[in-house]
Amino acid sequence: MSILTDASVDTISRDETDHLTGDLLEISMGPQHPSTHGVFRMNVTLDGEQVVKLKPVFGYLHRNHEKIAETESYLGCMPYTDRLDYICSITNNWAYALAVETLAGIKVPERAEYLRVITGELTRLQNHAGLIGFLMQDMGASGTPLMYAFREREKVLDLFEALTGARMMCNYMRFGGCRCDLPAGWLDGAKKVVEGFPRFLDEFESLLKTNEILMARTQGVGIVTKAQAINAGLSGPMARASGVDYDLRKVDKYGIYERFSFRVPLGEIGDVYDRYMLRVLEMRESIEILKQAIRDLPEGPIMDPGTKIRGFRPKAGEAYGRIEGPKGELGFYLISDGSPNPYRYRVRPPTLINLTLLEDMCLGHNVADIVIILGSIDIVLGEVDR
Amino acid sequence: MNLEEIKSQIEANVSGCRLEIIPNGSPSGQHSLLVDVDHGFAVATFLRDGATPRFDFCSNVTGIDWPVKEVSTKTKVKKLVDGVEKEVDEVVKTQTGGYLEAVYHLYSVEQREGPVVLRMRTEDRAERVHVPSLTPIWRSAEFQEREAYDLFGILFDGHPDLRRLLMWEGFEDYPMRRDYVDPDDYEYEPTAHDDVLKRAQAHRPAQEGGL
Repeated sequence: MSILTDASVDTISRDETDHLTGDLLEISMGPQHPSTHGVFRMNVTLDGEQVVKLKPVFGYLHRNHEKIAETESYLGCMPYTDRLDYICSITNNWAYALAVETLAGIKVPERAEYLRVITGELTRLQNHAGLIGFLMQDMGASGTPLMYAFREREKVLDLFEALTGARMMCNYMRFGGCRCDLPAGWLDGAKKVVEGFPRFLDEFESLLKTNEILMARTQGVGIVTKAQAINAGLSGPMARASGVDYDLRKVDKYGIYERFSFRVPLGEIGDVYDRYMLRVLEMRESIEILKQAIRDLPEGPIMDPGTKIRGFRPKAGEAYGRIEGPKGELGFYLISDGSPNPYRYRVRPPTLINLTLLEDMCLGHNVADIVIILGSIDIVLGEVDR
Repeated sequence: MNLEEIKSQIEANVSGCRLEIIPNGSPSGQHSLLVDVDHGFAVATFLRDGATPRFDFCSNVTGIDWPVKEVSTKTKVKKLVDGVEKEVDEVVKTQTGGYLEAVYHLYSVEQREGPVVLRMRTEDRAERVHVPSLTPIWRSAEFQEREAYDLFGILFDGHPDLRRLLMWEGFEDYPMRRDYVDPDDYEYEPTAHDDVLKRAQAHRPAQEGGL
């Protein structure tokens, strides 16, 4: 006799089971977890496998960068900026150099501006390549896509090594220009890397763009609307994936960016898939900028002769300088009191502020989705915690 | 975009607010707008919703510590010395600072304008360190205000979740203050471990040191 037909057996109606709630489960993701890309913890409250609350915990890599910088000279802070977002040291140098140049009114020579654009865009290429590789890794595509991406990143790092002597801690820029000129044959090498890069992107896209698993895992996950993105101060690829047309290379036109023709890709939905695709498209635009910059690179000095970088004492005042870093708006806010050290040195960390909406993005999704949502934000804990 | 214009816009729309333009001596020309604490929230709301351009993007939020500083200025004064009129240097000492400052860098994404630098000052550096939180207006201030509270000790009234961000709970001082002194014992940081170890002991047999 089946249970359904036996009146003596109490059956539980579906309506009742729907409203049964179990205990909530609190788990601590991190700080030592491969998906957190560093030492970062999320206190997650789960109902079954659904996220009902998520609180990020910061500070594991905190070393009070800003306080240390206040005891250093303006030049002494420069190598220290490498350690913020250690993937993109050159753009960190650029943001700091730009802030000091704004503070002291320094003009940068033409050739140095071109070198900044070339190295800066190469940094963006290797950052985005690394990121999409890691995102695949987070999704469970273990190894292969990441190695494909790292193969390309390696070529860019080799260029950095030849130019600056270091692969990651480049310490390349100075206020008023760049530290060293290109070694012989470097430009040809760079040209080769830039021309070979679209082939990697084509390959990567043909393998993954319409991959069913990728689409199922990323589409409709972690949506941020345009209004939310602006209000929460998201910047860089995170904001543009939500359709916010705000690229500082176009808005502020810092350096010589207005000379190059390039497009700003925008997302429509603002989910993980948009953020992934946006980075692929951004790399293609970076390649366009690089081609133009390498073609037009003029001869000339690479340092402003009027700037004394040792014993540098800007007049009392303050300045906020910002650039479009690979991860978002990287800004430096400097206050000078006329002494050789900055009175106040503030880093506006794009990744910390991009994490503001982490909880909102994760609510209602599964645990496995937290991993890819976090992966799509592109965080580096050296910058989040400072 | 002119800071004077924005100032007069605010004055016309937010009644009773006291605004002051703080000039900036550097070539950057980024002058800032000092707002009184009582009207800070109303001014910020107006800047986001009513001003032209609308400042919908709050980029950077930070604190600054200005301890009391004695500035001595020398002036030449004519005085009678031994019956003869002479020019004598007189040193006038004035005090500046003695407050904490919260600074906001605002931009307009729509109009692509900015930055407008908004400043608010606390009354002193010890007890009355309150400024209104602007997190309800710009969500981007959420973590950054927590950081300013953590490192400078500025209390943001109305913040939804004002906890330390980078230092641990239970840490007492504010490291970014100018007069901060390093503790003797850097290493001590209370963790959950002592507590967990004690509980783990309960599961061990007595001969192995269990309870």
